[in-house]
Amino acid sequence: MNQPDKQPTANGGQQFGDTAFKWLTLAMALAVFVLIALIGYELFKGSHLALQKFGWHFLTSSEWDPVNDEYGAWPFIFGTVVSSVIALVIAVPISVATAVYLTELAPQWLRQPLTMFIELLAAVPSVILGLWGIFVMVPWLRVALFPWLQKYFGFLPLFQGPIYGVSMLAGGIIVAIMIIPIITSVSREILRSVPGLQREAAYALGATRWEVTRIAVLSYAKKGLFGAVILGLGRALGETMAVTMVIGNTPQVVKSLFAPGYTLASVIANEFNEASGDMYPSALFEIGLVLLGVTVLVNIFAQLLLKTFAGPSVKPQH
Amino acid sequence: MTAPNHSWRKFKNVFMQALALVCALLVVAPLVLVFYHLIKEGFSAINWAFFTQLPKPVGEPGGGMGNAIVGTFVVLAQAALLGVPVGVLGGVFLSEFGGSKLNWAIRFAADILNGVPSITWGIVVYALMVVPMKGFSALAGGVVLGMMMIPLVMRTTEEVLQLVPGGYREAALALGIAKWKTIVQIVIRTALKGIVTGVLLALARVAGETAPLLFTALGNQHWSHKLNEPISAMPLQIFNYAISPYDDWHRQAWAGALVLLLLVLSINVGVRFLTRDRFGARNH
Repeated sequence: MNQPDKQPTANGGQQFGDTAFKWLTLAMALAVFVLIALIGYELFKGSHLALQKFGWHFLTSSEWDPVNDEYGAWPFIFGTVVSSVIALVIAVPISVATAVYLTELAPQWLRQPLTMFIELLAAVPSVILGLWGIFVMVPWLRVALFPWLQKYFGFLPLFQGPIYGVSMLAGGIIVAIMIIPIITSVSREILRSVPGLQREAAYALGATRWEVTRIAVLSYAKKGLFGAVILGLGRALGETMAVTMVIGNTPQVVKSLFAPGYTLASVIANEFNEASGDMYPSALFEIGLVLLGVTVLVNIFAQLLLKTFAGPSVKPQH
Repeated sequence: MTAPNHSWRKFKNVFMQALALVCALLVVAPLVLVFYHLIKEGFSAINWAFFTQLPKPVGEPGGGMGNAIVGTFVVLAQAALLGVPVGVLGGVFLSEFGGSKLNWAIRFAADILNGVPSITWGIVVYALMVVPMKGFSALAGGVVLGMMMIPLVMRTTEEVLQLVPGGYREAALALGIAKWKTIVQIVIRTALKGIVTGVLLALARVAGETAPLLFTALGNQHWSHKLNEPISAMPLQIFNYAISPYDDWHRQAWAGALVLLLLVLSINVGVRFLTRDRFGARNH
């Protein structure tokens, strides 16, 4: 290696090695584009029968009838949107408040363990939360929370009708539990990136701690927090197992949140393996295509918001 | 300044702080509750047979999840074979080579992939592998989880490589060491702990995935010996038992969930204690 006469060949070897290594790593990095293309291609290929037959009507039709080969995705789109909105209504205030607590209010010694706890909650597999949902949460909702809601808020159409336990609201609550960790940890990163000077300036004007948080921190971080919420929405829309286990899996469009529903992801999970013939699987592929389209759009929006807010200082969230 | 206004502000201050604390406790509550119920319902069903025996048919008490536990590790090993090399080398490219525009696009694509619903991965790999191979297989299960690992591992690898000081690279290059050797022997070696952390977290994440396995690995009730045949995995078994109407099976589901959760959480906690230096991956 130190012999001068070998230098030229070593250099040539180096050049070749560097180029080869660069191309090798580039090829691996490009795998992400290959995967995206693959997902799009397979879903289009799988769904082309249904796309041809139903067209845009697929999105608005409420017919889901495998016997007569009539398929429409509206009840599933409705269920997905409603359960995700419920999840956001519950998760956003709790998550943002927790992120505020973690960055602004909590005593130093508590921040680290609490953060770790929240990250562990993010690691709980969906199917385990679903199991807990079926056997613990749903029975409790049926005998405690739902009757209470009906008693005091029963004048709203949302809380009328028979109570089964498994329901749109149960689905929304379980999704909320699943997205709280991600919204919290992204929000926490956002709040941490707010410059200390902002806070000091507000303190210097005599603001209380809450006023500092509200005026100097939250309003400064608005856009980033919005990004965190949208990221949570992306996760909520695609959440599968836990929802499938508690939402009741009934394709219907009704006002009551106590009624069972169905989501795009759940109908694939439940019916894909039993789908026979040509049109039935094709319709399920189209459901997958709709789900992919919506989640990808939502995620692009979230990533753009987060990237323009804080640049690379906010780390990616998985 | 008027005094009532001041006390109102002070009250609001205390009230909002208390509210934030309550929210933080609400966030922690589900994890505690899930753990409590898993231990209460599942612990009694965990014994030697649970780890070594096959599932028993309905009505026969006992039996275990031996095949599903082995199946989970078989599928994870295949996933690692696909996901780790592609993810790590892709992460090396993002950190060490490339123009900013291309890298931005790759990063963006990886972040979008991380947001693709797991059920979507399942039907894609079904169309890609199960249909041409004319059957569900352990291999398809490994491939789907491996694909899901790629963007995860890529992003964490890039992140930890960026933490290696530029001076290390410059020093090696100044000694006339080829760039690729510098990267492999110095940069990657320095960040190795962090890379391993990222890989373990990605494995822990896909180990709990159920939806992608429903249409690929499918699951079964016996020992699998071939990669081109269906294989069981713990999340699949938990799901099937949970939605069944039998009490015996529910107990098995709780026990399986407890074991799976302990596996996933111990990886998550373990890597945090392993990587407490500055080259450790910051967790996700």
